[in-house]
Amino acid sequence: MKHLNEDELVLHYYGEGHDAAVEQHLQACEACRTNLESLVRVLEAMDRLEVPEPSEAYGSRVWQRVAPRLAQTRERWWAGGLAPRRLVATAAMAALLIGAFLAGRVSQRRQMAGLSAPVRERIMMVAVGEHLERSQMILVELVNNETKGTVDISGEQQRAEDLIGENRLYRQAALKSGDRAVSSVLEELERVLLEIAHSPSKLDSAEFEQVRQRIESQGILFKIRVVSSNLREREVPPPQGKASTAL
Amino acid sequence: MEQSDAAAVAQVRAGTPDAYRVLVERHSHSVFRLAFRMTGNEQDAEDLVQETFLRAYRQIGKFDGRASFSTWLYRIAANCSLDFIRSRQRRREQQTPVDDQGQELEVALVAADPTPDRLAFSGELKQLLAPALESLSPMERTAFVLRHYEGVCIEDIGKALGVHSGAAKHSVFRAVQKLRKALDPAVSTARS
Repeated sequence: MKHLNEDELVLHYYGEGHDAAVEQHLQACEACRTNLESLVRVLEAMDRLEVPEPSEAYGSRVWQRVAPRLAQTRERWWAGGLAPRRLVATAAMAALLIGAFLAGRVSQRRQMAGLSAPVRERIMMVAVGEHLERSQMILVELVNNETKGTVDISGEQQRAEDLIGENRLYRQAALKSGDRAVSSVLEELERVLLEIAHSPSKLDSAEFEQVRQRIESQGILFKIRVVSSNLREREVPPPQGKASTAL
Repeated sequence: MEQSDAAAVAQVRAGTPDAYRVLVERHSHSVFRLAFRMTGNEQDAEDLVQETFLRAYRQIGKFDGRASFSTWLYRIAANCSLDFIRSRQRRREQQTPVDDQGQELEVALVAADPTPDRLAFSGELKQLLAPALESLSPMERTAFVLRHYEGVCIEDIGKALGVHSGAAKHSVFRAVQKLRKALDPAVSTARS
């Protein structure tokens, strides 16, 4: 008698393609029943794999994170004449960061700091965190692009070009503050953004695969995730009672 | 009255992005569970949940309503997860020679040597499950997670991942084979 192989037992276990001959064989053959029982024990053991259960508010939390990015997903961010204002805001933020860190250094000697160190750090964390999130989105879109044939990356290129200037300013701020982990990732990110910005805007599948492999081989997405996660941990609120509150 | 998925999708497609909130809040937990089983890591799973919803939003114009929204979303989540674990594997291979990886897994399994004393059922056995799942290739893991935990039939797994059903079937078979090899001794000991 020919016994059932493991593949047949797996299909039987999952109820794929009901086969009366398999049923009959199992009824008649103890060896195959024993084999099936052993398979079932392993697969039932897999059911005990523990999965953390997010809180009830998890869906809302996901929405809070996803919602601001939906507009960026469908529209170019500079639509509606926002570009000049945003560039000014970014430059102002970077100038504030650099100035704040410089002032912080001087203050150690001359007591001239306009901002306390935790406040300066918090500004830095939030600004860089947002910048990394925007950069990550471009890289993820490129890595996950499933278009067959010629791929048009002009949208991603434009956004990469816009981010290069910001990146440079934040990197300088991080360097001045002595935050080597952040400045190092921003330096790598800058190279990747430059590569994207300077690639042809329409790539055939082989060229696109090369771009994708370059992003993946440098592990930049992983590094961004790690730094972003560290930044989030460092984003501690100012101590109670000391923060100024506008009433 | 609770808005249906189909109604929310129609509103999003008509230009009301806020309607997407219903879909995100309704399906986040299940997408998280799928992503966690695929990655074995909570932070990565949370990132994948966000990526899944962003990708689904971008592609919502392509949703034809033949399958339910949740099925369509799971396909996207499975592909996001597959891309992620492939990329993670490539990074690991660049950092660690393949032989060493195999050895590491072996060491991990041997270290949790399932002697009857240590395996008074469940406790120690549970610790072997994640490494066993981790030992599967990205495609094997995706196919297994979809078949075993999500109850997706093999033909639909093939469609979701863009491969022939024969390839999907083979991935499930290989996955089960590897899991049995890794867990059979422990499961048998735990039972005895």
